[in-house]
Amino acid sequence: MFHYTVHTSLDVVEEKISGVGKALADQRELYLGLLYPTEDYKVYGYVTNSKVKFVIVVDSSNTSLRDNEIRSMFRKLHNSFTDVMCNPFYNPGDPIQSKAFDSIVSTMMVQAC
Amino acid sequence: MESLTLSDVEQKYYSELFLSCDVDNTKKVASNGKVLDLFRAAQLSNEVVHQITELCGATRLGHFGRSQFYIALKLIALAQSGLPLRVESLNSVRDLPLPRFVMGKNEQETRHAVMFADTENQGPYFPRPPGRVQAKKVSAHEMIQPCVPTVDPQPDTTSPVVSPHQSPPTSPHAWRKHKRQASGGNVDRQPSVPGVVWPPFREAQPGPVTGDGMWSAHSPPPVQESWVSFTDTPPSSTLPMHPPSAQVITTVRTVPSAMTTNEIQRQISGYDDPWKITDEQRQYYINQFKTIQADLTGLIPGSAAKEFFTKSKLPILELSHIWELSDFDKDGALTLDEFCAAFHLVVARKNGYDLPEKLPESLMPKLIDLDDSAVPEPATEVDFSASPVEVTPNKSPSMPSLNQNWSELNQSNEQWETFSERSSSSQTLTQFDSNIAPADPDTAIVHPVPIRMTPSKIHMQEMELKRTGSDHTHPTSPLMANPPELSDETKLAATIKFPGTTVGDGYSSSDSFTSDQEPISSAVNRQRSHSGTSPEGLKVVAPPPPPPRPHASHSRSSSLDMNRNFAAVPAGPQQPGVVAFPPAVPPRPLPTQTSVPHGHRSVEGDGLPAHTSTSPHQMPEQPNFADFSQFQAFAVDQPADDGENTSDKTTGTMKTAKNDIQSEERNATTVNSAKVSTPLAPPPKPVRRRLKSEDELRPDVEDLPQKSNVIATVLATQPSIPRSIGKDKKAIQASIRRNKETNTVLARLNNVIECDHRISLEVQLEQLRPFSHL
Repeated sequence: MFHYTVHTSLDVVEEKISGVGKALADQRELYLGLLYPTEDYKVYGYVTNSKVKFVIVVDSSNTSLRDNEIRSMFRKLHNSFTDVMCNPFYNPGDPIQSKAFDSIVSTMMVQAC
Repeated sequence: MESLTLSDVEQKYYSELFLSCDVDNTKKVASNGKVLDLFRAAQLSNEVVHQITELCGATRLGHFGRSQFYIALKLIALAQSGLPLRVESLNSVRDLPLPRFVMGKNEQETRHAVMFADTENQGPYFPRPPGRVQAKKVSAHEMIQPCVPTVDPQPDTTSPVVSPHQSPPTSPHAWRKHKRQASGGNVDRQPSVPGVVWPPFREAQPGPVTGDGMWSAHSPPPVQESWVSFTDTPPSSTLPMHPPSAQVITTVRTVPSAMTTNEIQRQISGYDDPWKITDEQRQYYINQFKTIQADLTGLIPGSAAKEFFTKSKLPILELSHIWELSDFDKDGALTLDEFCAAFHLVVARKNGYDLPEKLPESLMPKLIDLDDSAVPEPATEVDFSASPVEVTPNKSPSMPSLNQNWSELNQSNEQWETFSERSSSSQTLTQFDSNIAPADPDTAIVHPVPIRMTPSKIHMQEMELKRTGSDHTHPTSPLMANPPELSDETKLAATIKFPGTTVGDGYSSSDSFTSDQEPISSAVNRQRSHSGTSPEGLKVVAPPPPPPRPHASHSRSSSLDMNRNFAAVPAGPQQPGVVAFPPAVPPRPLPTQTSVPHGHRSVEGDGLPAHTSTSPHQMPEQPNFADFSQFQAFAVDQPADDGENTSDKTTGTMKTAKNDIQSEERNATTVNSAKVSTPLAPPPKPVRRRLKSEDELRPDVEDLPQKSNVIATVLATQPSIPRSIGKDKKAIQASIRRNKETNTVLARLNNVIECDHRISLEVQLEQLRPFSHL
């Protein structure tokens, strides 16, 4: 169910990176606010220099997450992603099946909670 | 025949042997030939063999049928275990070890060869390492169990064990010699290593017959099978028998490449650490490494490694996982250690071991290569360069576990990571700010330009006055140097002499001038300093108030050029040509200067040097910067140069230079005095011009008294062009005008640049605004 959210957020990310023309590695905050009254979550975006986009969806009820934390999460994601990329057996575009990557992501998620 | 009950293992084994003997596939084995060889290989006395033959009823039949054969085998086993040969005991004896047969080397070799040849076809089998039987250890008998390449239909599930001495030419199986464990107690089942299915193994283990079937010992058979297929070394047969618990892992490597389908399978006995790499294995890995990368200390790129490991026919996902484990430094390339670890993991996986989640300690990089020497067996045995591994159970010395390294690395990595995280967060935020407002001194200096504009003539006069009063404080007196250049080596430059050398000085001096906004005084100064900075300075000298160029920045950069350019510095056209002048300028300026309209000269003369000195581009040193006259002439020329690029520039530039210098200096910031043809007077101007619309500078010059006009014309035109001395005032004025225009343009640009960032920020804000109230 988050796919929809993520897809819509992609549009916003695109808009941001194309409009400004600045460093692509901007870590922007994409706050969707209340899409539904009941739903309140934040979507953060992050774009790498190669236009690879990371999207984090966070429940707004989890108010303890600060911006810095999000940034560090993105950083970790980026590092893990580059590690996955380094694997010659990985074809870009494939779903990532790296266990190391998954473990890092899981750890992060746990921490965020 | 007595009924014979065989255990499964025995069944398999026997059937294999039978098949191996049954070359003709007649289901009957002649008593002679292979059977006898086999029996003899059992190392039993002939008597015993004979007895066995009789017992089994072969003598009766004259040949060995399957049952007879089996009985015989069983009897052999009995005999080998020292039990009396009794038919009754055939079934009574439990736990009888499999009969062992010792193969002679020759046979082995033959078989070996056959095996090799046969193993060409991989099919479901993996190429088998040419294992040679090793000399057995004392008690170890080598069991040669050629793996029947499943080609032969195996009656039982267990592919019949081919008799050792049979080298089935057609059977594409690899012979495997296994070393039997010393402990003969158990049935040593040799795990089928080489790709070929291991019949018994297959049975015993769920080893898939697929390519991966090799390692059927998924669950290492309880029995220790430590067998290693060696590529023997005839001489020393060190049979490394693994201690009981050893589980032999055969490393299967399907590398169709050089190994030609013969892949070594190493078996590692890892009873205590299944991941240890034995020496042989390591040696093998190293050899493989060499095939890809000759330099053992080098790296194998990811793509090459990918190809290599893809040959092992493991699924990509597993290979990917292996890569993740083994690429320790995550650099996309494999070092020797990483490669060995990866190879090892591939082998293990092929043999049925599950891949670990984390890299085992023994496989961590920094595994030693030292131990290679320990193993006497060279890789020679490996025909396919895959040396069968001899399990050296106890040895795993080669791998010193590198836990500590790992843990250290881990920690360091983590620390490193945290650092990066911490530090980067602040960086991103601050980066932005730094981009703002490039403090361009030139631009800053440009600003003042307008100020100067107003006084114009007054300024000029002032400048002149100042100039007169000023002495060549500026060693470099760029003006001095510049003029020569500007004036195309004659006119202006007289003082400039040092077009090239003085540039530096000129700059320094010019810097001081740049700040000098005063047209005249600055011009004077500039001219002096300009010698180094730029010819423009010289030119500017003429017009007293050449815009106080932001000499600071510009002058430096342009000074060098200015020196060279000396002659043509006007802001507008860069003074490429100007550069040429400076060198020869020195002497010239004098005459030129003198020729310069005296009217100007008085002022300009001083002004020129001042100008030049002040102009950023002024030549650094203007020894003659004091010689303002030159500058004047120079300055005069310069402005004139704007429109005219003539040799006269030097002279004319002198005067114009002054003006130009002033104006240039005004625009100095903007002008890149690169060329600075007129080291002295021109420099400032050209500098400015260079920056942007240098022509605009000229307008500034116009404000200056005629000198400025002269200079402007000189400078404005082109830096490199030596203005004709004879520029008339009109030209000078035009150049001045242009300078002024340039100035204003540059100033505007400055503002634009500064605002730019703000605008971008505002834009961003706008973009974000919509989201603020969603």
